[in-house]
Amino acid sequence: MQTRIQAPETAPATRIEAGGVRLEGVTKAFPGRRRGADEVIALQGVSLQAAPGETVAVVGPSGCGKTTLLEIACGLIAPDGGTVDAAPAALMAQRDLLLPWAGALDNAGLALRAAGASREEAREEARPLLRDFGLEGFERARPHELSGGMRQRVAFLRTLLSGRPVLCLDEPFGALDAITRHEMQAWLAGALAREPRTVLLVTHDVEEALVLADRVLVLSPRPGHVVATLEVGAPRPRRRTDPELVALRERALQELRA
Amino acid sequence: MATLTMISLLIVAGLIGAWELYTHVGGVDEFLLPAPSAVAEALVEDRGLLWENFVVTAGEIGLGIGVAVALALACAVALHFSADLRRALYPLLVGSQTIPIPIVAPLLVAWLGFGLAPKLAIVALVCFFPIVVPTIDALARVDADLRKLMRSFGASRWQTFRLVEAPAALPGLFTGAKLSVAFATFAAILAEQSGSENGLGHLVAQAIPQFETARAYAAVLILSAFAVALFGLLALAERRLAPWHRPGGVLAVGERRLPVDPHR
Ligand SMILES: Nc1ncnc2c1ncn2[C@@H]1O[C@H](COP(=O)(O)OP(=O)(O)OP(=O)(O)O)[C@@H](O)[C@H]1O
Ligand SMILES: [Mg+2]
Repeated sequence: MQTRIQAPETAPATRIEAGGVRLEGVTKAFPGRRRGADEVIALQGVSLQAAPGETVAVVGPSGCGKTTLLEIACGLIAPDGGTVDAAPAALMAQRDLLLPWAGALDNAGLALRAAGASREEAREEARPLLRDFGLEGFERARPHELSGGMRQRVAFLRTLLSGRPVLCLDEPFGALDAITRHEMQAWLAGALAREPRTVLLVTHDVEEALVLADRVLVLSPRPGHVVATLEVGAPRPRRRTDPELVALRERALQELRA
Repeated sequence: MATLTMISLLIVAGLIGAWELYTHVGGVDEFLLPAPSAVAEALVEDRGLLWENFVVTAGEIGLGIGVAVALALACAVALHFSADLRRALYPLLVGSQTIPIPIVAPLLVAWLGFGLAPKLAIVALVCFFPIVVPTIDALARVDADLRKLMRSFGASRWQTFRLVEAPAALPGLFTGAKLSVAFATFAAILAEQSGSENGLGHLVAQAIPQFETARAYAAVLILSAFAVALFGLLALAERRLAPWHRPGGVLAVGERRLPVDPHR
């Protein structure tokens, strides 16, 4: 399907240093739920490289350790084995985690506040993006007054505004309807073309991975390890109907089914 | 809604009517149970005396809760930031609640004098615990994923506290403050009866041996009304300052889950 909107004029926050991500043979297990129970091995020897400015997508069945992988890349949890070498990374979690007392504008600016901006500065910087994301008029709306898709857009914006060189997006567009999802994908592709960032993108949607990423890693069911790495060479902006993408999609789905 | 108000008003009126009737036909001594009309009369006749003493007691309650809130807040934040402190002090907090106030109150009066100080100490001591516990709880209950998110944004421990944990704890603080209104009223009266020269508790203690039972009832009535008003005021402030927290509404932070099954 063709994307409907052009990437908007406004660029995301600047202050981005170049930075890549390099994970080598990362292993992570969680203790069993009860004493004596087997531990849950979430990741087993996963390697991942994203050069500065690259987008790497990770697809895999539910529970295979995708979220765990992102949290390791962000330095939020330590792996049991393997090495992690990553520039500062901002997380967009699978749950939106918006603050219930703050309006959309202040929620979007939270990462800016964490970086030391005043409330006013954060608002100034977030306001134009809120408009680009179809949230104009909802600046003061609290999360419970927003739809699921709107909440997800606010959460996405918040991550984008963090100004960190690496973005770790965990199912960023999962709650959106198909049309909005395609708009957001186009927006992200445009923003990254204008102002490259390193992105790790976790998604259930193979097409989304192929449209956005330079490389797609397919993970096995738990314990997660990489079963296939697909290089996506197609020129951007990409179309879903591109024969190369269609062929890669078949391969990815085959690997997922195996 | 209007009919519900009507019903509760009718019930109250019915109860007062029954009480009035009982004092006239029940043959009970008016020094034990004055009629509602006698209490109303005392309210009007002794208004100067009642007001004078009310101001004293209201001040003790208000200031006492203020002191308790300030101490509880400082303590909750300290315990929140230091796990060692939490392990060391939490048992002591619980212990502080087992102090038998009626026994300690006269000692405090003997120690601190007949003035405001012992009353503040007693009210604050009684109110501290019900405020500090929900506040610590609310601080601790902030979603761990939200803390992770803040860390990924490069937030310091203090920034996470200021931007996320402190606002999240506000409803807990209000819950504690509202609870403490009832305790504070009781504590202030107890403190006054343990030794004082004014206040509604002192007035009641004097009125009963003087057979001014109606005046004592009037004092109790005023005190109850004050407690209800203070509670209402706090509820109002809560709605202004923490409007996202409605009873039965959003309790934790970032509740709604996305439709993807996150498996945890
Ligand atoms: N903090 C934790 N404690 C215990 N087990 C955990 C923890 N975090 C994750 N797990 C387990 O590790 C495994 C991988 O979890 P993870 O959330 O990374 O999966 P996922 O690939 O993101 O799944 P989904 O696509 O459903 O979001 C799961 O079996 C999960 O139960
Ligand atoms: Mg996940």
